[in-house]
Amino acid sequence: MGLPDASALPGVPAIPPGPASAVVRVAPAGAWPGFDLPELWRYRGLLFFLVWREIKVRYAQTVLGAAWAILQPLLTTVVFTVIFGRFARLPSDGVPYPLFSLAALVPWTYFNTAVSGASNSLTANTSLVTKVYFPRLVIPGAAVLAALLDLAVSIVALLVLMLFYHAAPRPAAVVLVPVSVLMMVLTAAGMGFWLAALNIQYRDVKYVVPFLLQLWMFASPVVYPLSLVPDRYRLAYSLNPLAGAIAGFRSALLGAGGPTGVEFGVSLGMACLIFVGGAAYFRRTERVFADVA
Amino acid sequence: MSETMIRTRGLGKQYRIGAARNRPRSFREAIARSAAAPWRRPEPAELVWALRDLSIEVAYGEVLGVIGRNGSGKSTLLKLLSRITNPTTGYADIRGRVGSLLEVGTGFHPELTGRDNVYLNGSILGLDRASIARRFDEIVAFAEVERFIDTPVKRYSSGMYLRLAFAVAAHLEPEILLVDEVLAVGDAAFQRKCIGRMGHAAEEGRTVLFVSHNMTALQGLCSRAIWLKDGTLAEEGAPGVVVSHYLQDAAATRPHQFWPDAGLAPGNDRVRLRAARARPADSNPAEPITTRTPVLVEFEYWNLREGAQLSLTLHLTNEDGVLVLAAGPIDGRQSQIRPLPRGLFRDTCLIPGDLLNDGLHRVEVLVVDRDTDLVYRHTDVLVFEVRDTPDLRGGWFGKWKGAVRPILDWTTEHLDAGVAAPLSTAP
Ligand SMILES: Nc1ncnc2c1ncn2[C@@H]1O[C@H](COP(=O)(O)OP(=O)(O)O)[C@@H](O)[C@H]1O
Repeated sequence: MGLPDASALPGVPAIPPGPASAVVRVAPAGAWPGFDLPELWRYRGLLFFLVWREIKVRYAQTVLGAAWAILQPLLTTVVFTVIFGRFARLPSDGVPYPLFSLAALVPWTYFNTAVSGASNSLTANTSLVTKVYFPRLVIPGAAVLAALLDLAVSIVALLVLMLFYHAAPRPAAVVLVPVSVLMMVLTAAGMGFWLAALNIQYRDVKYVVPFLLQLWMFASPVVYPLSLVPDRYRLAYSLNPLAGAIAGFRSALLGAGGPTGVEFGVSLGMACLIFVGGAAYFRRTERVFADVA
Repeated sequence: MSETMIRTRGLGKQYRIGAARNRPRSFREAIARSAAAPWRRPEPAELVWALRDLSIEVAYGEVLGVIGRNGSGKSTLLKLLSRITNPTTGYADIRGRVGSLLEVGTGFHPELTGRDNVYLNGSILGLDRASIARRFDEIVAFAEVERFIDTPVKRYSSGMYLRLAFAVAAHLEPEILLVDEVLAVGDAAFQRKCIGRMGHAAEEGRTVLFVSHNMTALQGLCSRAIWLKDGTLAEEGAPGVVVSHYLQDAAATRPHQFWPDAGLAPGNDRVRLRAARARPADSNPAEPITTRTPVLVEFEYWNLREGAQLSLTLHLTNEDGVLVLAAGPIDGRQSQIRPLPRGLFRDTCLIPGDLLNDGLHRVEVLVVDRDTDLVYRHTDVLVFEVRDTPDLRGGWFGKWKGAVRPILDWTTEHLDAGVAAPLSTAP
């Protein structure tokens, strides 16, 4: 079949010659290329679409869909309550153990989903990487942002459980919860950038990630309270950004045993550092992605 | 009007070869290696220049053809210009948005509806939401999928899928269009559509880079051509001249090729070639092939996917770039394609004697799955010379005309001894 005459299509103007379009220079990248923020901003539409695709596909493909976002932390809570609450009798700052552990598992599950999604994102999208140019940071970035929907859904489940136990959030939660979530997004993105870049270059990284995440969970105040950490180690412990984020999130909603301002600040600083460091490593290795994918 | 749209200076791209072997493929190995010899730089032998020191200019509205053998750096050039990969040396200045028809269908997701995919694909290719919305109806009409636009594309036929994907790419209207024919998979009609769209792009004042092995299309569409040989610029000029020099490149005869190592053999994760051969059918392989000789063409290949319904197609092209014949495992009634197990296969094809004309012949092999899905294509996999047979020419000494030189049954009968009357006066 023939091609319709392009001039007959509305909105297909011939391109006028002249210096109207900017000149782009393609040249060897330096050792530490910058972040090119204006370019990232131009591609925000693509970021949005990738997030939207991720969500739509996940919710269309999995049988449980949105229910999975609630079930995953909920079932883990049941197991943890039995093992750590009943058998091990870990302290929980006076909060009922199921509520105590769900309030940490909700942010932790987000972090887990976001990091594993981001670290697999480049290898899952090699056809994009090898065929089209765009800032590659949007691929793991989209995975980290798409997981936020699950977080929102599971927060609703957490609020329901809080109603059940008559637990009320502190007024400061209005600030503390969003800041804690932001810390987790930054940490997850930084780790995601870094792992995604390694994953496309080295095949065994994908086996390391689940193990790394598991260790990280036990290094964070998920099954035990922050107060279990001896005082003299607390500051060092807060270098784990999830310590501040998860403990901050939990204490904002349940009231007891939060990090001090300094500890929270240390965690926030580390989150920013991981984010920038991950992005810088990603940008540095980005140029080989299309060649090794 | 001769605004320069693309200017490259000393552009070069170096790859590590045998990437599958020499590069540390696992993180553990990478750490072990740098721990063992942290100061060691990659050895120079591991590197190869895919493109070297290329300085070209492409003007506004120009259609530049790019020719060269497989592995000569054509795709690398397009990848550098579309910024998919980063150059090792030199630079390219590019004026305007670059789009390419090698991106057809990129980012399509089977679970999403046609409508969702149009938006998603458009945004991947650099359009904002408003521009896609403005073109949406045209795209859908062009693809002829109006009725199915809200159906997930996994339910589309492959034809519908390709039409929709192509429609998005075709409505992007970049200032610079890159077309790699090899990558434009699909049936002949679809490829024609791509080529047709390219002609339009040029008329609209877009600048086009066209990589093709179709010398006829190339000469018809392009205003200038460059010939890449082993990554460097061998010639640049009028398409007719460059094409004929390329085709005459005598050093090119290659009657057999053999790749013993499956990891390095040409191909991809579905099929890899092991050997290709063209030899006289009934005489010593060292004997020259003449116009009289039956020729056996053999291909050995590894099928890497269990149950793939692979079939080979052979394209034989002569010195003038004319496709002399296309052949495949089809006996004229039905195709013999069936699911193949994994493993090594050999296809043999007999070209009868007294068929080919003399001169250089090039063989291209295409591997197709299920009759429609182009898995792999290798141009100039074989280049062989068919020698002239002077004793059969009678008194004619010039080059024998025609794409083929069969010996036809030709009879001359004496009908009447008298001188014929003019036909017009016959009753
Ligand atoms: N990702 C890659 N890794 C290593 N070598 C590559 C890669 N891509 C291409 N090459 C090498 O670069 C050379 C040029 O390839 P290419 O540009 O694809 O040629 P063409 O398009 O003309 O067939 C070839 O020798 C090929 O093996």
